Amino acid sequence: MPTHSFILNGERVSVDIEDDVRLLWVLRDVLGVTGPKYGCGLRVCMACTSHLNGKAFNPCSVPVSALGESDEVTTIEGLAATSGQDLHPMQEAWIDTDVAQCGYCQPGQIMTAVAKVEQARAEGRSLTDADFDEIRNICRCGTYHRIREAIAAGAAKM
Amino acid sequence: MTQYSRPPRPEEPGPQHPGRRRFLGYVLAAPTLVAAAQIGGTALAPQTARAAGLPTLPQPSELYDLNDLLTDAALPTSGLITVTVNADGTASFALPRAEVGQGITTSSAMLIAEELDLPLDKITVTLADARPELLFNQLTGGSNTTISTYTPIRVAASVARGRLLRAASQVLGDAVDTLTVEAGVITGSGGRSVGYGELAVRAAGAGVEPVAVTLKPASRFTVIGTPQGRIDARDIVTGRKQFAMDLAVPDALPTMVCRPPTINGTVKAVANTAAVAAMPGVTDVAVVSTGVAVRARTFGQCVDAVRALEVTWGPGTEDGRSDADVLKELRAAEIPLLVPAVPLLAKTIDADFTFWFASNSALEPNCAVADVRSGSAEVWAGLKSPIVAQEAIAAELGLPVASVTVHVTQSGGSFGRKLFPDAAVEAAVVSRAMGKPVKLMWHRTDEFRQGRTHPMSTARVRATVLLGQVLTYEQRHTSVSTDFSHGLGEIITALAAKLPVGDLTFSETVFELTQQSPYDFGVTTQLLNEVDTGFNTGSMRNIYSPNVRTAQELVVDRIGEALGKDPYQVRDAFLKDDRTRAVLEKVALDGSWGRAMEPGTAQGIAIHTEYHGAVAVLTEIDCRPATTGRQITDACTGPRVTKVVCAVDVGLAVNPTGLRAQMMGGIMDGIAMALTSSLHLTDGYFQEGSWDDYFYTRQWNTPPELDITVMPPTTGVPGGAGEFGVAAAMASAACAYTRATGSMPTAFPVNHDGPLGFTPLPTVPPIPQSPTDGLDHVS
Ligand code: FES
Ligand code: FES
Repeated sequence: MPTHSFILNGERVSVDIEDDVRLLWVLRDVLGVTGPKYGCGLRVCMACTSHLNGKAFNPCSVPVSALGESDEVTTIEGLAATSGQDLHPMQEAWIDTDVAQCGYCQPGQIMTAVAKVEQARAEGRSLTDADFDEIRNICRCGTYHRIREAIAAGAAKM
Repeated sequence: MTQYSRPPRPEEPGPQHPGRRRFLGYVLAAPTLVAAAQIGGTALAPQTARAAGLPTLPQPSELYDLNDLLTDAALPTSGLITVTVNADGTASFALPRAEVGQGITTSSAMLIAEELDLPLDKITVTLADARPELLFNQLTGGSNTTISTYTPIRVAASVARGRLLRAASQVLGDAVDTLTVEAGVITGSGGRSVGYGELAVRAAGAGVEPVAVTLKPASRFTVIGTPQGRIDARDIVTGRKQFAMDLAVPDALPTMVCRPPTINGTVKAVANTAAVAAMPGVTDVAVVSTGVAVRARTFGQCVDAVRALEVTWGPGTEDGRSDADVLKELRAAEIPLLVPAVPLLAKTIDADFTFWFASNSALEPNCAVADVRSGSAEVWAGLKSPIVAQEAIAAELGLPVASVTVHVTQSGGSFGRKLFPDAAVEAAVVSRAMGKPVKLMWHRTDEFRQGRTHPMSTARVRATVLLGQVLTYEQRHTSVSTDFSHGLGEIITALAAKLPVGDLTFSETVFELTQQSPYDFGVTTQLLNEVDTGFNTGSMRNIYSPNVRTAQELVVDRIGEALGKDPYQVRDAFLKDDRTRAVLEKVALDGSWGRAMEPGTAQGIAIHTEYHGAVAVLTEIDCRPATTGRQITDACTGPRVTKVVCAVDVGLAVNPTGLRAQMMGGIMDGIAMALTSSLHLTDGYFQEGSWDDYFYTRQWNTPPELDITVMPPTTGVPGGAGEFGVAAAMASAACAYTRATGSMPTAFPVNHDGPLGFTPLPTVPPIPQSPTDGLDHVS
């Protein structure tokens, strides 16, 4: 069985598993990192959204063999550390806005939000309603409006 | 009935709280302070506490005889909920309800914080395991949690506070009435103080001791009615909140089921069991009644195995049938209207609506962990009806109920799904078949295709209007059968609902109990008929109300036209109840009802009354081509709700923040039901198989402007919240759409009859493979 090695939340991990197993299952079923959630396995619901080298991606759609030794995967569990604080400003904004209902989609929503803000920032602009309209993450509890408020608040503190 | 359940007598005013009712609670024998109250009819305290004995359960005695599980029901502490004060100064409470996102762990903690004078962050609320002795009192549904637990939780907390004061008085040497309490610290007249933690053991009971308490009056509330964030917010945003699939139960490996290509099809034969069992990671393959189960090291390998299985399938329950066939069946079953269509003088308003199948799937799919051994079973799942789950699993496995342990986990949404223990029972069956623990999860595609649905229904409405009055209002709701076999949370009623006639009667009962017409429309009849039990159905958030209410509110607008009144005026003129009128006026004012709008855009306004409350929703919609034609990849765009103004009166909002969140969710559901979300039945299966096929509201459908007002307390008693927003929001969106386009839709959602907005996934294999191109979509 092949061994795969990458950096997960700041620490090197090695996993013995078949090449084609999608990273979501390596994280959840093998490594026990359960923050990224399953909602479709089809790159549709975005519940599994995490970061690869600082950008948003969907581990349900990436075979573990596609990762290289130096790739850095950050899940919701590792987000705060990237800001050097107990909580990332976006997580704080989520708490202040009391966004969550069941919470199942929220790790993915937060990871999307952070990447979205950073992407806009890299383009030298701030987020607009049109950007919010493009967010694909499902929230079946319908917290969409508070998500918009929280992203705006979190962005201001990032 | 016991002496404590009699109606309250006029009370002699007590020395401190004149004229207020006293309730009976208990202190239980335990190492630390455990205070309790009875759930399901909190006992009123007798005039003198000395006469107190122990309560017996209020349910009829024959229920006990039928149920050998309930041997412990005779224990004096059965049916009690308990608040424990721990030696570290915290309090804990196991809520016999399911948290599915509605925020009841937070609101329950608030009730305890209020009566106990302990900060919210010192209170832990967990979810209780199945407690069969609670009988009807462990069902989460009908937006009933706060209504039914509001008093018992406060009684238990109040008993605890009283005991802590008594213990503090001994420690401090001060009389109880000279003590003050703040944030879990009791201070005596001399300024010396002692914390709850130091008193918890001293205050513990040695035996069961009844205690009469008087609850805090609303005028002294400092927690109830104040906006509070969720107690699990931090766990949620850090990924620490655990759902069933996040639990690390030893050896419970991922498990999935290969399901039939048509609804409820059955397995005839499997051609390649051995080959699939030899696939990478796969440990077991087993045929069960719902399909072929596979267990593997990862869910990814389960997906591979499910897709590789070669199964010959037997027929399902709806093979070959499509939307149009079911509609025909419903039309044939409609109960006739009584008033003739062409009365002599009056004007008749006739309307006819179809509501297509919809999915109540949550984002967390059906899932459960099960570990079945010889002679016992342990199951973990998000369950709103855990007693039904426990008894159904026991029956399925042939075990005594007492040998089945059911843990209620946090749920990733419900919307009616978690009322049924489908995944828990299936997991138990698979675990037994494989002889190993399993972590069973449904694939998303199965959720839409084989999961429960909100049944298709029709509404036929006729109203007659004469001389400025509405003479008659008739509505006939005809639906594919709604499965209520989760009963009232207890297996005996569940069995009753499974009787062929019993189920229909039960549906009619629910319909009768939930559907009131809020208008003075003369002779009013609203009747339900249900047909066809071949579908997997269940109540979706707010059950019948969104469809019934949408039909009625659209007709109310037509009645207004006939009477020369606009939608606001006609409601204001005919509403029965002032609380409803108040929310209507609130949204009309805050939403600038009647403001001039561009052609192709319009306002709609609608109300709903249920759960001891009233809600109004004003919607603005944009149906102009530039909006409806906007292009977003793999998205259903269409008309855009641009603004929603909502006002809600639940009598007393325990947590206004939580209530607002519930309304927001209900509004998103209502928009989806009116405009975008439905299932298309074709040739015996539902075509939808992913969230890009089933168009629940997404960010691009979300109203950019949203304003929700929680009305000040009216009745002083909390009503229901969880489902309350949906009906008025759906109706309001439908009314706005009608006014913007100038024609009233006859079917919902309005996009259902248009071209299918997606390419259906194949049915064999039943689930799609995950993409591999994720790295091309990094952003
Ligand atoms: S689970 Fe990855 S996008 Fe849905
Ligand atoms: S909070 Fe429940 S799915 Fe988003």
